[in-house]
Amino acid sequence: MLLSLDDVRRMAQLARLQINDTEAEQVLAQLRAIFALIDELQAVDTRGVEPMSHAQGAALRLREDRVTELDQHELFQSIAPQAEAGLYLVPKVIE
Amino acid sequence: MLNASLSELAQALALKQLSSVELTRLFLDRAQRLNRGLNAFVTLDPEASLAQARLADQRIGEGAAQPLTGIPVALKDIFCAKGWLTTCGSKILSNFIAPYDAHVVERLRDAGAVNLGKTNMDEFAMGSSTESSHYGPVANPWDRSAVPGGSSGGSAAVVAGRLAPAALGTDTGGSVRQPAAMCGVCGLKPTYGVVSRYGMVAFASSLDQCGPMAKSAADLALLLSAIAGFDARDSTSLERPGEDYGRDLEHPIDGLRIGLPREFFGAGLAPDVARAVQAAVAEYEKLGCKLVDVSLPQTRLSVPAYYVLAPAEASSNLARFDGARYGYRAPRYDDLRDMYEKTRAQGFGAEVKRRILIGTYVLSHGYYDAYYLQAQKVRRLIAMDFADVFQRCDVIMGPTAPTTAFKLGAKTADPVQMYLNDIYTVPAPLAGIPALSIPCGFGDDNLPVGLQLMGNYFQEARMLGLAHRYQLVTDWHLRMPVGCE
Repeated sequence: MLLSLDDVRRMAQLARLQINDTEAEQVLAQLRAIFALIDELQAVDTRGVEPMSHAQGAALRLREDRVTELDQHELFQSIAPQAEAGLYLVPKVIE
Repeated sequence: MLNASLSELAQALALKQLSSVELTRLFLDRAQRLNRGLNAFVTLDPEASLAQARLADQRIGEGAAQPLTGIPVALKDIFCAKGWLTTCGSKILSNFIAPYDAHVVERLRDAGAVNLGKTNMDEFAMGSSTESSHYGPVANPWDRSAVPGGSSGGSAAVVAGRLAPAALGTDTGGSVRQPAAMCGVCGLKPTYGVVSRYGMVAFASSLDQCGPMAKSAADLALLLSAIAGFDARDSTSLERPGEDYGRDLEHPIDGLRIGLPREFFGAGLAPDVARAVQAAVAEYEKLGCKLVDVSLPQTRLSVPAYYVLAPAEASSNLARFDGARYGYRAPRYDDLRDMYEKTRAQGFGAEVKRRILIGTYVLSHGYYDAYYLQAQKVRRLIAMDFADVFQRCDVIMGPTAPTTAFKLGAKTADPVQMYLNDIYTVPAPLAGIPALSIPCGFGDDNLPVGLQLMGNYFQEARMLGLAHRYQLVTDWHLRMPVGCE
């Protein structure tokens, strides 16, 4: 499977990364080399093998449904690029 | 003093031969003087460190000291420490003052240890040479033209150069063990789930694990005993009672079976590294261990499997850096989407972007089964290899890295070459088993070589005991780089 320049642009869009044509060309060459390595996986016979997502196969713990967090919004918003009246400020999304 | 073990330092503090303030000053002075050539620390805050040292002295005076009370420990800049700049080696966190402590930072503070400063690292821990840091590369204390390994290269370099008695790092595909090997220090990656990841900036959550770095196995045991343990704030933290990881340091090791996987001694391994590792194995044989020839047939596939799984998880984890809530935001943008795209394009470096793109691709519609799911199945095969081998041996030994530290810039233009350097370190985190690296000699270029020990789940204490036995009869771990004495 050979990656195309359009693939790179599409991934950059999905990942919200601005990328210009020169960067896309450069990264395409590198990604093709990396996928040549990754494609070695395709030859492995994994029929009947259970995928492994966690080393201990542990399930997520459940806890009682009650409030445990303190309200620290002032502390957390003190490091925000722009915040006002307890809200994060971003460019307008609804006209 | 520079080569003193952590327990020797603790004893000197207990006997009032020196105070924590004096000890902290000594290392801060060294850090300030030697860091100019190494770039291993990214943040020093002498005021904050000395304030913790004063509290430790008070505690020692009250007779309430624990093993690490008053001892300075450097922290990889991936750990949130309240009030400290926490950059993770990235421009996107260049202004991020952590509003809370990571679990391990809390644990160290509760133990009375002093935060000596934050160490340089590959951006978001993605790299094997510490050259992808936004804050410039770290030099190897043994040879300033060589890399220290990565991604915890700053932590390895500060321990090697004796700028700190010990440090914490993180290991996803070898980021504690490989820099430890290349800088001639000890580093341990615990069993997945033993140390809480709370407050540790996430890279690949199914692999990331915090690990201690120090001069000796005995020091690693003290550090791990302090930081390990259940934490409800990390959903993958294991509910296990606390352990004394130093309990097996004095246990006899004769009769133990050491597995030597033939895949770790084949093509690609530099002859000088092979010689040093074989000499170390021979030393273990003299100590009464039995050598067993074993095979981990999937070793070669661990690198491609890792470079699907780790970027996939990274692309999800790094979606949170959007310029809206914290960290860097692009100065100029048109609308919300443009703000995201410019912030991330300007805030992330080249290696991080490459991995986000790989991860996005392997998780995207139509490719998920072929790449991500297939890699997870290969991961299972790798774990099964280990389970099989541990039927026939108690511990596995081999090289930590295929070569000694390479020159700065030697592999930055070719990501695949950089990735292949991880061949011996990625299998353990994929299986989730503990692994550690200890110094075992020097290569042709007089750079350190690391011996890797891999054990079955929760075998940390036994592995540390094995490493300690070797360190009782050798002195590689006490060698110091020229210019750092």
